[in-house]
Amino acid sequence: MPLIRNFAIIAHIDHGKSTLADRLIQHAGLVPDREFRDQLLDTMDIERERGITIKSQTVALPYTAADGQQYTLNLIDTPGHVDFSYEVSRALASCEGVLLLVDASQGVEAQTLANLYAAMEHDLEVVPVINKIDLPAADIEMAREAIDTELGLDGDDALLCSAKMGTGIEEVMAAVVERLPPPVGDADAPLAALIFDANYDVFRGTIVSMRVMQGTVRAGDVIRTMSNNVTYKVEEVGFFRLEREPRKKLSAGEVGYLIAGIKTVSDTRVGDTITLDKAPAESILAGFTMSKPVVFSSIYPVANDEYPSLVDALEKYSLNDASLEYEKDSSVALGQGFRCGFLGLLHLEIVQERLEREFDQSLIMTVPSVEYRIHLNNGTEIAVDNPAYYPDPVAIDKVEEPYIRASILMPERYMGVVMKLCMERRADNTNFTYPSPGRMEFTAEMPLAEVIFDFYDRLKSVTQGYGSFDYDLIGYRTGDVVKVDILVNSEPVDALSLIVHRENARARALQACEGLREEIPRQQFRIAIQGAIGGKIIARKTINAFRKDVTAKCYGGDISRKRKLLEKQKKGKKRMKMVGNVEIPQKAFVAVLKTNNE
Amino acid sequence: MSDDPDGGAPAGLYVHVPFCHSKCPYCDFFSEVGSGLQSAFVDAALREAEHHAAGRGPFDTLYLGGGTPSVLSPDGLAALVEGLGRVCSFTPDAEITLEVNPDDVTPRVAKLWRELGLNRISVGAQSFNEDELRFLGRRHTAHGALRALEAVREHGPPNLSIDLIYGFCGQSSTSLRESIDSAFSFAPDHLSCYQLTLEPRTVFGRRHARGELQRLGEEEERTCFLIVADAIRSRDFDHYEISNFARTSLVRSRHNQKYWCHTETIGLGPAAHSYRDGRRRWNVTDVADYVERVRGKGDATVGSESLTQKQIRLETLLLGLRTANGISVDFARTIDSGLDIVAALVHEGLVTMGGGRVTPTLQGFLLADGLPLRFDLE
Ligand SMILES: Nc1nc2c(ncn2[C@@H]2O[C@H](COP(=O)(O)OP(=O)(O)OP(=O)(O)O)[C@@H](O)[C@H]2O)c(=O)[nH]1
Ligand code: SF4
Ligand SMILES: [Mg+2]
Repeated sequence: MPLIRNFAIIAHIDHGKSTLADRLIQHAGLVPDREFRDQLLDTMDIERERGITIKSQTVALPYTAADGQQYTLNLIDTPGHVDFSYEVSRALASCEGVLLLVDASQGVEAQTLANLYAAMEHDLEVVPVINKIDLPAADIEMAREAIDTELGLDGDDALLCSAKMGTGIEEVMAAVVERLPPPVGDADAPLAALIFDANYDVFRGTIVSMRVMQGTVRAGDVIRTMSNNVTYKVEEVGFFRLEREPRKKLSAGEVGYLIAGIKTVSDTRVGDTITLDKAPAESILAGFTMSKPVVFSSIYPVANDEYPSLVDALEKYSLNDASLEYEKDSSVALGQGFRCGFLGLLHLEIVQERLEREFDQSLIMTVPSVEYRIHLNNGTEIAVDNPAYYPDPVAIDKVEEPYIRASILMPERYMGVVMKLCMERRADNTNFTYPSPGRMEFTAEMPLAEVIFDFYDRLKSVTQGYGSFDYDLIGYRTGDVVKVDILVNSEPVDALSLIVHRENARARALQACEGLREEIPRQQFRIAIQGAIGGKIIARKTINAFRKDVTAKCYGGDISRKRKLLEKQKKGKKRMKMVGNVEIPQKAFVAVLKTNNE
Repeated sequence: MSDDPDGGAPAGLYVHVPFCHSKCPYCDFFSEVGSGLQSAFVDAALREAEHHAAGRGPFDTLYLGGGTPSVLSPDGLAALVEGLGRVCSFTPDAEITLEVNPDDVTPRVAKLWRELGLNRISVGAQSFNEDELRFLGRRHTAHGALRALEAVREHGPPNLSIDLIYGFCGQSSTSLRESIDSAFSFAPDHLSCYQLTLEPRTVFGRRHARGELQRLGEEEERTCFLIVADAIRSRDFDHYEISNFARTSLVRSRHNQKYWCHTETIGLGPAAHSYRDGRRRWNVTDVADYVERVRGKGDATVGSESLTQKQIRLETLLLGLRTANGISVDFARTIDSGLDIVAALVHEGLVTMGGGRVTPTLQGFLLADGLPLRFDLE
């Protein structure tokens, strides 16, 4: 067995995982100092802009231990945000151990615990590391204490480091070698490699990220994916070293990539097992349990003829994000699209942004919804996450909606405004604690539906950015919900229907109408925008018609100018959606998702 | 496949005279102030005419516009007009228009213009209200405008058109009506009434951008437009284009209608545009540069565009729906669901149908910029 350690860095969001990864990479001498930039593994623009990790990243570090032995340390940096915990669980499947980071000024937080449990489920060795010891607010003793009591690990075993200042890094490297076990597995056994990630490259096809559990794979081998028995000839295998670094082979215990000219995107499934065609493994490796989506929304291309391109983009995108669920959907107003299930609100945002940026899509997303359990009078129960399938109210006995326990951390002075915000969102069973002087943790039970609608934006704004928000699903409860339809000149815009709490129906309908009123351009006729429950109008706004829209002169040189302006306007029109005879721009569909920050 | 009623009509000749005594703050026409290039310009224009217009024709219109053609000295103007008469051929009844500013008009020059063979004079009076003329930065007074018009009526060519500008802050509906009445006291054959536009590259445009000059509100602009239309229509004038009115349809501006029907026009002079068979080209926007280029090769074209069928159709819509000619029902039929759209527009009161044509109503004129967008020309 070669001298290998496979490990992940896990922690709550912002505790310094990516920064620690930076120091380890530098310590290994992988990048010259002048090419270095902070959070080197956060390679996507969107990660850098938001300062968070979204995708797990693997990098193989060469390391010479104190005993003079040469090791390969496969580091996986993982995201801390709860919406991406699926990324963490897949990373853990290719590791023997983890570094569990705890921010010395924050102590143990929700995802510290959740990720520790995940590591324990995989029977991984855990080394606690207290980070950010350079901070004036660092309280190492408190952190050790929390590791003891809240995590049930030995606080005295925790390493101390400052990823930012680069202190304690050699100790961390040494501990990886000394305290984490090497991989086991027979390099001569039949090949069994677990696909834990993939992405699509236009030139080379699907690039598979995998952990070899047993056996060996070389360029030239014919491999087979075991779930669907598709075979390919291997073109290249190698390590991740910031860039891909080709090797002759990958053997048991190693983590790396495989390229086999896989151009059919659907042939590759994350969680599948790769084996050799002529000497297959006996059994498929245990894959990953899918995480259940909690937020749903439909996506449509802005222009109808871009649908095929969206199909292709989604297929390729989902290679790289196995947690996205989607199925065909269609709307009278928006044409063909997809109903998607997301692991949370941030996930929804990221999917939209990545599709737009990396795959050049222009999208319209419908109002996010949760999944309701609807009990019908005839005794059956159905699950509905799409307003389009909301049953006729007369057939409904009762509706249940998902509840969460929200946890909000903030400086004490924001207590009043946060409390008010939560009460508006039907918070119940509220509670608060003081985890440290001046800081307050507020918990409350709330309908999930109340937070998927702009709650986070509002929280950020009332706490001036100081509030952080996290939640757990705690089950279903009965709720008084109704479906609100939005009509434009009496035509219902199916994609704008909402399922909301009855108390909020009027306010939400008005907001939607107002959003549309602001974004739908004036036209040559009057436009009525209405919100309705069943046949009953509960909100109304009007867009007045143009009264005068004509320029005075049109002679020789003016004609081209006028024509060009019309051509531009016509092009813009093509990207609008027609509802009856009214043109609705993409922005209007987005506006419905926003509230005025009041 | 265009819808040009006088597609086969004779071509028109335009000369852009690029000089003004001073620059009006609202004007974005190309002109230079205090230029010493008048006679060089006349020579160049004639040279350009030899190059572009000699073999064409006969033309049934000549339009001397600008700028301010009346800035030219009597000799310069005579040289230009007589020169064009030698170089190009015109039909016997050709419409020959000269744009003039009131401050250039005297009984003597008015007589001279008639003797030169000009038969239509367009006087840039703009308003007959002292305050408004000052606001518009015009050189003449209300009194000067009246005197100029008297001189033209008494000594000048027979056919008179008067230009007015309206629709700005400070103008009352009374003064607007009074200006129209004043114009009518000269029994004009034609009126062009332009709602003031704050063009970006003008003094007014810049003042507007700085917030120092307000545009009228939409409702007020609409009211002004209706006052003008009503006042002039009530005198039985023919409202044949958004901003143009003729005593009878026989005295519509024959030349300007060519622009709206895709008829061939040749434009001489700096910044002038020419159109022929789906191709539009334009000259350099600088007098010295123009003179130099024409001296070299008889041509000062700096840009051109060849219109696709689709673009011609779009222009047909946009131009047609600005005029009382409208578009033909046959043309509407060639547009995808064109007749359905026409029906909707009829229902909305924006057009009427009759005599095989779809013509905009007064309400249609008010919304003319948006009308072509209602049709799908794909
Ligand atoms: N003072 C101090 N700041 C640190 C230290 N380590 C990380 N940070 C800062 O903490 C912030 C978050 O660091 P990241 O490395 O992006 O945290 P992360 O755990 O990777 O965050 P996610 O990937 O979003 O979960 C950054 O501003 C870092 O500069 C440290 O040791 N000391
Ligand atoms: S409005 Fe007439 S006179 Fe005034 S600058 Fe323009 S072209 Fe010259
Ligand atoms: Mg990170």
